Amino acid sequence: MTTAVGTDTARKPATMAQALGRALRDAMAADPSVHVLGEDVGTLGGVFRITDGLAEEFGEDRCTDTPLAEAGILGTAVGMAMYGLRPVVEMQFDAFAYPSFEQLISHVSRMRNRTRGAMPMPITVRVPYGGGIGGVEHHSDSSEIYYMATPGLQVVAPATVADAYGLLRAAIASDDPVIFLEPKRLYWSKADWSADAPEQVPPIGRAVVRGPGSGGGRSATLISYGPSVPVCLEAAEAARAEGWDLEVVDLRSLVPFDDETVCASVRRTGRAVVVHESTGFGGPGGEIAARVTERCFHHLEAPVLRVAGFDIPYPPPMLERHHLPGVDRVLDAVARLQWESEWTEGSAV
Amino acid sequence: MTVLEQPGAYRPTPPPGWQPRVDAAPLLPDAEPYRLLGTAAAADISPDLLIRLHRELVRGRRYNTQATALTRQGRLAVYPSSTGQEACQVAAGLVLEDRDWLFPSYRDTLAAVVRGLDPVDALTLLRGDWHSGYDPHTHRVAPLCTPLATQLPHAVGLAHAARLKGDDVVALALVGDGGTSEGDFHEALNFAAVWHAPVVFLVQNNGFAISVPLAKQTAAPSLAHKAVGYGMPGRLVDGNDAAAVHEVLAEAVRRARAGGGPTLVEAVTYRIEAHTNADDATRYRPDSEVEAWRAHDPIALLEEAMRDRHLLDDEGDRAARESAERLAADLRTRMHQDPVLDPMALFEHVYADRTSQLREQAAQLRAELDAEAADAGKGE
Ligand SMILES: Cc1ncc(C[n+]2csc(CCOP(=O)(O)OP(=O)(O)O)c2C)c(N)n1
Repeated sequence: MTTAVGTDTARKPATMAQALGRALRDAMAADPSVHVLGEDVGTLGGVFRITDGLAEEFGEDRCTDTPLAEAGILGTAVGMAMYGLRPVVEMQFDAFAYPSFEQLISHVSRMRNRTRGAMPMPITVRVPYGGGIGGVEHHSDSSEIYYMATPGLQVVAPATVADAYGLLRAAIASDDPVIFLEPKRLYWSKADWSADAPEQVPPIGRAVVRGPGSGGGRSATLISYGPSVPVCLEAAEAARAEGWDLEVVDLRSLVPFDDETVCASVRRTGRAVVVHESTGFGGPGGEIAARVTERCFHHLEAPVLRVAGFDIPYPPPMLERHHLPGVDRVLDAVARLQWESEWTEGSAV
Repeated sequence: MTVLEQPGAYRPTPPPGWQPRVDAAPLLPDAEPYRLLGTAAAADISPDLLIRLHRELVRGRRYNTQATALTRQGRLAVYPSSTGQEACQVAAGLVLEDRDWLFPSYRDTLAAVVRGLDPVDALTLLRGDWHSGYDPHTHRVAPLCTPLATQLPHAVGLAHAARLKGDDVVALALVGDGGTSEGDFHEALNFAAVWHAPVVFLVQNNGFAISVPLAKQTAAPSLAHKAVGYGMPGRLVDGNDAAAVHEVLAEAVRRARAGGGPTLVEAVTYRIEAHTNADDATRYRPDSEVEAWRAHDPIALLEEAMRDRHLLDDEGDRAARESAERLAADLRTRMHQDPVLDPMALFEHVYADRTSQLREQAAQLRAELDAEAADAGKGE
């Protein structure tokens, strides 16, 4: 049964949350082996209402309220995948996925490898992640580095409504496990996006250049993903007034990593800043900066800089604005890219 | 004939000499939740205890309604109300000695307040100014715990440590019905039983884990039955009967203190409000169910029993309500003041000694704040 969500086929604004729900619905309609499971995903439709209506449309066997146990949810998903289903698991919040790490790291991520390809794990783990929504403790973690550090997992983070739809469809269709990081603070961001004719999104592993530079003036590449992409786009806009021509590369996928698109941009611009809200020390930016340096050393006019969250446990909501990298911090980093005159030991932060 | 083909058999004959380690029968909970109020035994409850329970129940209800009102006024980011569950909260807050420890979850602010915590300090986590607004040692209340069931092994470890040191300290750990599904619940109970640790686990079974009803959470006859598999007694109690909850907990605490090991108590109660102010309970339960539980209100149950024994007159009732209004007024006044927060506190207490990276980041934020202040000054 494939009934369209809306009756009008014109392009209409939709939120990222709606696009994710639509992706789940379309995937379930297209493939009876797709099953959704998690806490409160049935009757309630998930605490963010992403799974709203799925239990009603596909029945409780396809969209299942599980007992409250993340290790159990992911562990049973492993068994379901072993028997040919495609489980899509919802973790309620980033920090509540941690009980499932044993299953994720010991089994989900390496089952293909340990069975020499005989037993793939087509599991999608949806994780509402990141801060900026005023959540209390344990509701705002950026956990991507834990996932990135585990071979065998794909790690994806959409920044736009169309990507949310396209990447989730791709994740569910993937024969490998995908950690699908949903930036909570973009759930309600709107876009001119048609649910009936969604934009084509390339397979997992392709970055995209957003707001490409015009090639003039002092140039740099801002490399980002998920919730920090809108911050970078705003910074690029603001920097234009100061004579900076900034390209924003939206990675979309952290694993696999699109070296090609990133390096093509950095070679064009000669400078790069990596922006993300998870911690800087031991964070994703370190890996990205190293890769860019290894591949683009002779093109670089300045070291690759990182703008990240502070190296602290995620702070309480009343202080989170001081922690999250905003436009000003990105612009400060861009200003420091004028390496020759300004970079001294003391100015490093 | 295979084992499975033997009529009535589901496991092989035990090896010779096999004995169950413990007799399961004394560990099993009663079929019905234990009740005191309204029974003949209620005549024996000490008047002092009833008066104390009543005063705290009335104050507790007012605390809940005031905190919920503060969410509507934007003074509290979120509040998981324990309205309807006050009997469990009050009993848990009153039953321990000073040297004992309480391990609450995010819904158990009231238990912490009854134990003596400042009502505003107990709310900082939910207001959003700091993760734990109090020093756990002051009243021996662990930080309110958000990830479900993760505080339970802590309670076991603390109780075990106290016993190793020769202290007769008991830990009381609170968890919801949903939390009993987590692996940590299992591990905590198993450790507690194997170590014979002086811990009491109180499950407040309020019917739902957000939207998921108990029937989808467990297939066990009751949550109290889970105790038996670990080798500890399980007790089932009417969670809206403050005297019964207090008695069952008090007995479990005594047993633990005397070296009798852990107990699992299931209190059957109901969550009258939605999961939090951000949740829409009409999506998963009918109003009629809520109304039926309102008729089994913990305060009304206690008041009826007290009036029967002439322990509550209009004046006593008024005194309790005035005390509750004072609590609410104080909470309102103090919560309407904006907390003064220093962003530089972000770098405090990450480590005992700040790393050089954190020193750099602190300097960066200091410079940003100074620049912000200078900008604001220019604007005036
Ligand atoms: C490990 C973990 N998973 C998920 C959540 C999200 N969550 C918060 S409260 C809740 C329901 C808890 O129900 P229950 O244990 O019955 O306690 P109650 O809220 O009813 O007091 C859920 C799923 C969490 N806090 N921790």
